[in-house]
Amino acid sequence: MSETTTRESEALALIERVRARPAKFKDAQITMAHGAGGKATQTLVAGLFLPAFGGEALRELGDAGIVDGLALTTDSFVVKPIRFPGGSIGELAVNGTVNDLAVAGARPLALTLSFVLEEGLSAEDLRAEVEAIASAAAAAGVEIVAGDTKVVERGRCDSMYVTTTGLGRLDPRASLSTGSLKPGDKILVSGPIGEHGTAVMLARGEFELEAPVESDTRSLWPAVDALLDAAGPSLRCLRDATRGGVASALNERAQASAVAMVVREAAVPVRPPVAGACEILGIDPMYVANEGVLVAFVAPEAAADALAALASAPGCEAAAEIGEVKTDPPGMVLVETAFGGRRVMDLLVGDPLPRIC
Amino acid sequence: MCLAIPGQLLEFVDEANRLARVDVAGVVRNVNVGLLDVDGESARAGDWVLIHVGFALSKVDEEEAMATLRMLQGMGADYEAELEELKASVIE
Amino acid sequence: MSCTSDTHCITCSDEGVSMRVIELLGDGIACCAGADGAPAEVMVDLVGPVEPGDTLLVHAGGCSPNRGRGAAAAMKYVDEYRDAELGRVLAGEIVAIVEPGREYKIMEVCGGHTHTIYKYGVDDLLPANVELVHGPGCPVCVIPMGRVDDAISVAHIPGVIFTCFGDMMRVPGGSGTLLEAKARGADVRMVYSPLDALRIARENPDREVVFFAVGFETTAPSTALTLKRAKAEGTPNFSCFSNHVTIVPPLRALLESPDLRLDGFVGPGHVSTVVGARPFEFIPADYGKPVVISGFEPLDLLQSVYMVLRQLVEGRCEVENQYARVVPADGNPAALAVLEEVFELRPHFEWRGLGFISHSGLKLSAAYAELDAELRFEIPGVRVADPKACQCGEVLKGVIKPWECKVFGTACTPERPIGTCMVSSEGACAAYYNYGRFAREREVV
Repeated sequence: MSETTTRESEALALIERVRARPAKFKDAQITMAHGAGGKATQTLVAGLFLPAFGGEALRELGDAGIVDGLALTTDSFVVKPIRFPGGSIGELAVNGTVNDLAVAGARPLALTLSFVLEEGLSAEDLRAEVEAIASAAAAAGVEIVAGDTKVVERGRCDSMYVTTTGLGRLDPRASLSTGSLKPGDKILVSGPIGEHGTAVMLARGEFELEAPVESDTRSLWPAVDALLDAAGPSLRCLRDATRGGVASALNERAQASAVAMVVREAAVPVRPPVAGACEILGIDPMYVANEGVLVAFVAPEAAADALAALASAPGCEAAAEIGEVKTDPPGMVLVETAFGGRRVMDLLVGDPLPRIC
Repeated sequence: MCLAIPGQLLEFVDEANRLARVDVAGVVRNVNVGLLDVDGESARAGDWVLIHVGFALSKVDEEEAMATLRMLQGMGADYEAELEELKASVIE
Repeated sequence: MSCTSDTHCITCSDEGVSMRVIELLGDGIACCAGADGAPAEVMVDLVGPVEPGDTLLVHAGGCSPNRGRGAAAAMKYVDEYRDAELGRVLAGEIVAIVEPGREYKIMEVCGGHTHTIYKYGVDDLLPANVELVHGPGCPVCVIPMGRVDDAISVAHIPGVIFTCFGDMMRVPGGSGTLLEAKARGADVRMVYSPLDALRIARENPDREVVFFAVGFETTAPSTALTLKRAKAEGTPNFSCFSNHVTIVPPLRALLESPDLRLDGFVGPGHVSTVVGARPFEFIPADYGKPVVISGFEPLDLLQSVYMVLRQLVEGRCEVENQYARVVPADGNPAALAVLEEVFELRPHFEWRGLGFISHSGLKLSAAYAELDAELRFEIPGVRVADPKACQCGEVLKGVIKPWECKVFGTACTPERPIGTCMVSSEGACAAYYNYGRFAREREVV
């Protein structure tokens, strides 16, 4: 190794030490980046929330907390516009929370529902969302068991915000844990990525792009159910690839398990209009939000069966194996580019995109 | 910043303001093609254009694109031929 | 099993369909089956090596399948230039042409090229004695801190809607970023095109809408046409804060720099669509260095590097155009004419890390003075010295590699950038930090 490469390696090692330090929340104010699901969000969670609240269940940083065999999770929805091709805020509010339970390996049982409504919101808009919530809940097989309504003055909220809290029962077939990944495990993705984020971005009209893209919002429980049937204990961990996209989902799990990952870019399903919109705006679809895509980590011997089962679930026909868990460098996700090179795929930094969930 | 991408001109939507619909892999946007108006010539439906921040900067020249590709593929062919020769010589 | 195209033509339908490869029929054609089991012939030559059992996402638009197994659809004039197999061949040609023991340093001038190199791992394919040096062609990276502070100050003027491209939002000035200004209450909006800023002005006649114009000759004509339209239709509440710059003066400044050691240049393709190839002729003529104007896909870059090396090996020295599919020798006359009409050269303009460079910045011409934000608003215009620890200047000149900077990756990271090179995804430091680490040497096990 030449002197230059040695010095470069030393510089890189120093960077990794700095990167691995516990996050400190030092920002003077909240910016949109803190809600984007990338590095700033992680800093907020690890630097402010965890030190204050960090019990054992929270420290796992799963999509839902587990207490006595029950899974509990909560999520707020502030998407703008409230209706977009393929879905609406009400449908998201049900599916988003149902999916957080599902990827924790829990069968969704019940939801609570809390509205913050803006003075002046039309009753018709509210009724439409209530109906969307009812039908999404019926489709996902969950019951709305409690709720709350607040109204704020005009201009104090953007037509409506919805918060749902979900309760689920851990499935006996599941033994999932964020820290359980082992070198050799295969990485599966349940469908084409970037659909939801792109659909909402286009619906906002700010970039004046038109394309046949719809939100992929759907309950992922059928997909999880099929995976648990096919792979059971070989299924290590699942992750709902929402804000921050598949890239952030992979990075979080790589860090939690202190493993490396290699993703084959060419294997990741991206539909043409999503790829086109991303090319135009200079965005990587791996960072774009999904509302009906999960990432599954499976022991290698069960990967083929798991993929076949996943592909049989509704909306998951394009499921694919996209990569593998490795040992070193720990906590890092690398991409093998379709061109034959290799690059780092880090957590999302900042967020150039508008509010999408 | 200097990100630019090829797309195909579908139709003019506002001739006066030189706005046309352009398709990039199924994504459609109105793009200003005024920079392609030279000496009475302008972009037409079906043309491939290079788009940057909502403006078409230049037309894509099909022949030049093919020439570049042929040159690249030619390199490939030479390489393959050399490999074949190499293999043949080893066998002998 | 027989495989003849049946009545349904998947490649002409208008959607992406997932299909499994059944058998290879040669000539880049494979027999595939969709979810319904019906076999169909699919062109797979754009996809790379395919084996029976592979799943393909077969798409429509251009009657061809996508570029990778399950990845995006073929984008004409894009995907052909991302072919991994041709890349390996070209890399082989490069290895064959270089003289062992001789070091080659080639600068890619444009930030877009830097981005491509890291995004696709292009330099993984180059031999160790061919080094790519990242140049000053990232318009976001060369904006001095004082100009960012000026922008923030305008954004805070009551009644102003301040519009800019997304990559400018996180560029730090002496007093924070536009993103932070937005969080403090300034109305800062991201736009894709200067025309979007003009539309916002039309939709908000009671507000002052300012467009923060940055970029080289690639972007300046778009701003110019927008200003022309604003003037013609009379949108009095629209104005432009111009920070447009030109590419030749900094290149000349670089070439005059005593600590520079370069063998040749990969020239900026998109700037050249506007200015053509001729403005770069001074580089071989006055400084004896070859220039190859290059496209932005990975094969374009490899081919351009090959062409520079070939000139060096053959002892030639000229401007060549690898990107002839969009770069005419004379550039774009309409774009040059509108630049001439709307802008004029500033006597000098400050570049981050490079200092003041004569005739390198564009301001609005006298005919467009009414749309000049610098004349309409009080602009502080305070010079802010670059932070001492920051070595963006040396990085921009290609004198040091990003990782050689004292603060790289420790105090200066993409989430908390000190220098501009760490902000834009085209900046050499950000590109290296985000993509380049671990690209080489280190094995992944």
